[in-house]
Amino acid sequence: MNDTLANTEKKTAYILTLPAVLLVFAIILFPIFANVWISFKEVELKDIRIPEPRAKKIVKSISEETSKIKILYKLRNSSLIQEIRDVSFQDNFPKNFEIVNLDPRCDYKNYNLKCEFGNWPAKYRENFQVIFETNDGSKIDKKKLKSIKPKLDGKSDNILLNTNFTLKNFKKVLFDNEFIDLLLTTFYYTFFGTVGSIIFGILTAQMVNQKFYGRTFMRSVLLFPYVAPVVALAYTWELLLDPNSGTLNSLLINYQIIETPINLLGQKYIEISVLGFDFKLRLALTTVIMFEIWRYFPLAFLFILARLQAIPKELYEAADVDGASPFQKFFKITLPQITAVISILFMIRFIWNFNKFEDVFLLTGGASGTRTLPINVYQQGFAISDIGMGSAVSIVIVVLLLMFMFFYFKLLGKRVDEN
Amino acid sequence: MKIKNTILFSLIATFFLIFLVSIWKVLATLQGLTIKTFNIEIIFIIGFLISLFHLIFNDKIKPIYKSIIFSSLFVIFDGYLIQKLPVWYNVGTFLIIYFFVSKINKYNFTNLKEEHSTQVILFDFLTLFGILFFSFVILFPFYMMLVTSFKTQIALLVNPLDFSINFAQGLKELFNSYFVIFKSYNFGKYIITSTIVSVGTVIITLLFAIPAAYAVARLNFFGKTFLSTSILIIYMFPAIVLVIPLYTIFSQLGLRNSIEGLLIVYTATTLPVAIYMLQGYFKSIPKELEEAAILDRLSWFGIITKIIIPLSIPAISSVALYVFMIAWNEFLFSLMFLDNPNSFTLSRAIQYLSGDAETPRQYLMAGSVIVTLPVLFIFVYFEKYLVSGLTAGSVKG
Repeated sequence: MNDTLANTEKKTAYILTLPAVLLVFAIILFPIFANVWISFKEVELKDIRIPEPRAKKIVKSISEETSKIKILYKLRNSSLIQEIRDVSFQDNFPKNFEIVNLDPRCDYKNYNLKCEFGNWPAKYRENFQVIFETNDGSKIDKKKLKSIKPKLDGKSDNILLNTNFTLKNFKKVLFDNEFIDLLLTTFYYTFFGTVGSIIFGILTAQMVNQKFYGRTFMRSVLLFPYVAPVVALAYTWELLLDPNSGTLNSLLINYQIIETPINLLGQKYIEISVLGFDFKLRLALTTVIMFEIWRYFPLAFLFILARLQAIPKELYEAADVDGASPFQKFFKITLPQITAVISILFMIRFIWNFNKFEDVFLLTGGASGTRTLPINVYQQGFAISDIGMGSAVSIVIVVLLLMFMFFYFKLLGKRVDEN
Repeated sequence: MKIKNTILFSLIATFFLIFLVSIWKVLATLQGLTIKTFNIEIIFIIGFLISLFHLIFNDKIKPIYKSIIFSSLFVIFDGYLIQKLPVWYNVGTFLIIYFFVSKINKYNFTNLKEEHSTQVILFDFLTLFGILFFSFVILFPFYMMLVTSFKTQIALLVNPLDFSINFAQGLKELFNSYFVIFKSYNFGKYIITSTIVSVGTVIITLLFAIPAAYAVARLNFFGKTFLSTSILIIYMFPAIVLVIPLYTIFSQLGLRNSIEGLLIVYTATTLPVAIYMLQGYFKSIPKELEEAAILDRLSWFGIITKIIIPLSIPAISSVALYVFMIAWNEFLFSLMFLDNPNSFTLSRAIQYLSGDAETPRQYLMAGSVIVTLPVLFIFVYFEKYLVSGLTAGSVKG
């Protein structure tokens, strides 16, 4: 009795979860595996269309013979790399048409021309010509002839399904693709974006955790950048920072802080001298990181504020009795209480920043030294149309992510053990 | 000690004042005033003197008179003697100094002698500074977006610093950019597409997520722990690594440029969060209710529709709003899958608009306002639900 009850429960559970599991599997897990497959192939954007036999029909009249007509079919294989097997061809003609010269591959019956062209290799082209004659000598309507479209059919392999594999993509990704530079840019972007948003999150959470007039309003305002659509925000920033008529540059020039406008999103390096040391700052990258921090510190703020509000008041009261200063209270009570949240946040934000595509894409498109790995996936896959390369870069991202997760959990485990 | 604290207090207060006045000057510049310098030296000297005199005269003058005297002095110096500026600017300055003096009012020589007094002062002023600074930094781009959409091309080029809204030109002129993008750029259609996609995603996600979350929360089955941990791991997986395989598969299946394709992808990517948020809530519903229902011979369908859903309306609405916002804001997939203007969503349409360098920026900003407003409205109106949903995971850890 009990056993069957447990069985029904199991069955119900599978029925309830199955739709969600199947959908997630098809759209999220399967593509990740598909990436591995594609990354070992030489595939370009144009190849993912399944190759088809095509024919362009051209009708030509023959001079001085009005009852005769020449029809030229420009036949071709739409794919540049794949063959099509067993191509068959069919075209219909008006009821008074007789064929003059019949190609050995073809058959003309019931005003229907049927041909078997066999196999077409990649890039195959042929000009196939037939001449017709009307049996009653009437005039030929060329337009009507043209409007009848030939039907072609053939078998072909889907390039994604064949088993030709190559290591070329990975070789290119790791050795020809300025890989180190790409990694470094991604790392700077991810690391400083994460750390910055957490620092701002701590500051704002600490701020809103105190009582002041308009605190609830402040809390919603602080979340605005996080909830608003990235497209709108990115273009607003672009206008704000525009070197020609952007507000920021105009303001700075107006107050005579700078003399010529700075192209914050389009300049790769800027020379800065601090205490006699000259160094180059990656300007566009810094701007993009600023945007990143601006947009994502609200999440850190929200998490940290929730944690701050859960810290028992007694801790602070006891500290007051002991005569602790505000800074001591912050460093000795608040900070240790929020380290757990901060480490979780660090992981979440690090992973998400590592994969962030939209923000950089909309602001700079990956130009002026802001090309990160996700941008590279897009550039390889869609700008250069090399799907295989794009997939290979995706795989690099996944591997790095898994490595990062692994180390992070190991470190976290160690710390828990020590405590 | 007393002198050191007095000087420190005055310095901190002065820096705060400089910040306040500078922000006000920036705002005034953006309303079309010509202010070429901040006059930081003068504000510094006046601010320092105000803080110092405040401490010295602390009890001798009534606070309200003191505030008025200090503010008037500042306005006379800064607004009339040095830069001749209009009345509204000076009224603003007056109010700012009034606010400032009332803020420093609670400090006097007695509490400056207390332990850690400078740190307390620093903390207080940093908080105030932070509130103003972050409000400015966050709200300014939104303000700019709105004002730019009300401008004309010429006005924008003539004076990029003028951020005032000219109401005198009449409503029709004011909303001109909005009329144009609806008429010539088809934004009505994009709004409809975006709405269909977002609402559709919410409905399908809930249809899939509620049963699954119920099973994870309540039923015992093989693979349950695996499922609930993999939900979170899958949530961590980035959209950018899915894009290429999905693009190729969708191309071959003819799902690109279709609303169905977007719906499938959006549902799949929001499902893990939805299940995670819902199952946490379902676990908090008392089990006894369901046990009674089982005695009444209700099927699982009956349990979910008659007990679980009515009891978790707040959680379900929070998930629904969250999913709506994700789908509405989504950009990456709509960029990859849509290249026919007939099937664009709002985000994709704005990006397409910006791709043409000829597009005037006020149209771009009008589009941005249209895509931003619904989200901000939903967020402000339902903030409570959304925030509890957003932090669901954090309070535990």
